[in-house]
Amino acid sequence: MNKYNLILLLAVLSTVTRAETVFVTLEKDNALAVVDPIAGQLIKTINVGQRPRGIAISPDNKKLFIATSDDNTIKVFDAETLKELTKLPSGDDPETFALNPKADRLYVSNEDDSMVTVLDIAKKKAIKQIKVGVEPEGIAVSPDNHWVISASETTNMLHWIDIKSGTIVENTLVDPRPRAVNFTMDSQQAWATSEMAGTLTILDTQSKKIIKTIHFAIPGVTNDTIQPVGIAIDNKRQRGYVALGPANRVAVINAQTYEVESYLLVGQRVWNLAFSPDQKRLYTTNGVSNDISIIDLESQKVTKSIAVGTYPWGVAVKP
Amino acid sequence: MRIIHYWRAMWGIVWRECWRFVTQRERFISALVRPLVWLFIFAAGFRSALGLAITPPYETYILYEVYITPGLIGMIQLFNGMQSSLSMVYDREMGSMRILLVCPLPRWFLLLSKLLAGTAVSILQVYVFLAIARLYDIEASWQGYLSVLPALILSGLMLGALGLLLSSFIKQLENFAGVMNFVIFPMFFMSTALYPLWKLKESSALLHDLAHYNPFSQAVELTRFALYGQFNQYAFIYTFLAFFIFMTMAIIGYNPSKGMMIRKGGS
Repeated sequence: MNKYNLILLLAVLSTVTRAETVFVTLEKDNALAVVDPIAGQLIKTINVGQRPRGIAISPDNKKLFIATSDDNTIKVFDAETLKELTKLPSGDDPETFALNPKADRLYVSNEDDSMVTVLDIAKKKAIKQIKVGVEPEGIAVSPDNHWVISASETTNMLHWIDIKSGTIVENTLVDPRPRAVNFTMDSQQAWATSEMAGTLTILDTQSKKIIKTIHFAIPGVTNDTIQPVGIAIDNKRQRGYVALGPANRVAVINAQTYEVESYLLVGQRVWNLAFSPDQKRLYTTNGVSNDISIIDLESQKVTKSIAVGTYPWGVAVKP
Repeated sequence: MRIIHYWRAMWGIVWRECWRFVTQRERFISALVRPLVWLFIFAAGFRSALGLAITPPYETYILYEVYITPGLIGMIQLFNGMQSSLSMVYDREMGSMRILLVCPLPRWFLLLSKLLAGTAVSILQVYVFLAIARLYDIEASWQGYLSVLPALILSGLMLGALGLLLSSFIKQLENFAGVMNFVIFPMFFMSTALYPLWKLKESSALLHDLAHYNPFSQAVELTRFALYGQFNQYAFIYTFLAFFIFMTMAIIGYNPSKGMMIRKGGS
């Protein structure tokens, strides 16, 4: 191969967009939608159990964890074949959970019992239960595997659980109805949304103090419809994205200045968010309009919305 | 007559029209203010009016101001087409039409040149409008701004031909108010400029059909698709046929031996 052919081949390869698969849990259809976002098509829908909501993919992209709330379990699927591998004892009505970076522990919010259950994935059993505030909902593990934050909706608190000791070491009072929580990739900050107050709280992990509270205001949209839920922060901590629920917008936040840069119009009641593996796209689940929206992050534009099924809830992406 | 004479005559007519438009600052501003008022005030009040449904060429949810932009482009061209017809009546009253029509070139060619001149003016207005809309975050891709040009030429010609046809019927300037009431408003409101067809169907099947067969709707749809780099074949054929029919009728209308000129006693 001469050098011109080689250059041509490299140029062609560099323009080929790597395929990826988007998995979306459909709360009402009791199913999982499998979407090819590059082709912009729903590939198939498979039954996964009663009322699937929370979803996560293992760091090696081989296993898919899905909380099937009305089955009272978290199911594990092969991410390639989508065959069910096993079930984990999550406790009653699991909705949200967080996988640790080693993918050997799962932290589950048990809303009705005001507990966080720690599951040993290999042994398929609960190894610890930690009492938290009333109605725990959002939960996240820091990428450095030091902290778990559990957000309790009614107590309006973030509970900082030290992973080593398995105990709460600090509680931070935030705005009403904290819903979702997420860490920055460097584990230096935690971001939490408050659904009822319509705010985003940014906290310093070391001091566990609030750095900034961000309020949202969208021209032409009433404040009561601004209900922040899902959070996604890019790996370089340049921008963060917050799903604003019935406001049908995703807020784009400069993660350095904490200014809201723009609001992107997506489908109705936008709920959860997930990046593409290269972080060039963001996928949103739109619970009422029954679709997902694709945001091109380079141009900061919503490029497409794809119908997926009834009540899309959680979203995970496999390269 | 050689082709260069045709070219000179056409260029002269188009240039005169464009120059007249650019130098008449009030006309230039008022032509822009109308769609901008609709965009900034009317559309702002109806931001979420479209509800739920993604219709082609859109692939995701859009704000109302994005939806009505092609409709407002159509509005610019519709008003411009009618304005041209007004100027034809004016020219006839002032006598400058006589000078044009004694030119030793076929009458159909002079009318076509007049039509092209009006279309060129409307395209000028449309691009200035799109530039202002871009500042307001209503933007298409650069390819879209290029691909919309052929659509604008065809829709401009069609609406201009309609204006020419009407001008062949109008005797005096005062009658132009009738054109406003009986042509511009029904055409504009009974179209897809302000609301999509599926929305009209929800309220009335008759209204939906009227809007669907309104040539202005098809011109707007042709523009809407072209602005997003897509070709709407149905809208193209419909607009082209409408142009052909209006133009043929206008040429007949302006023929002193056959058309309306007899009734008007020539011009």
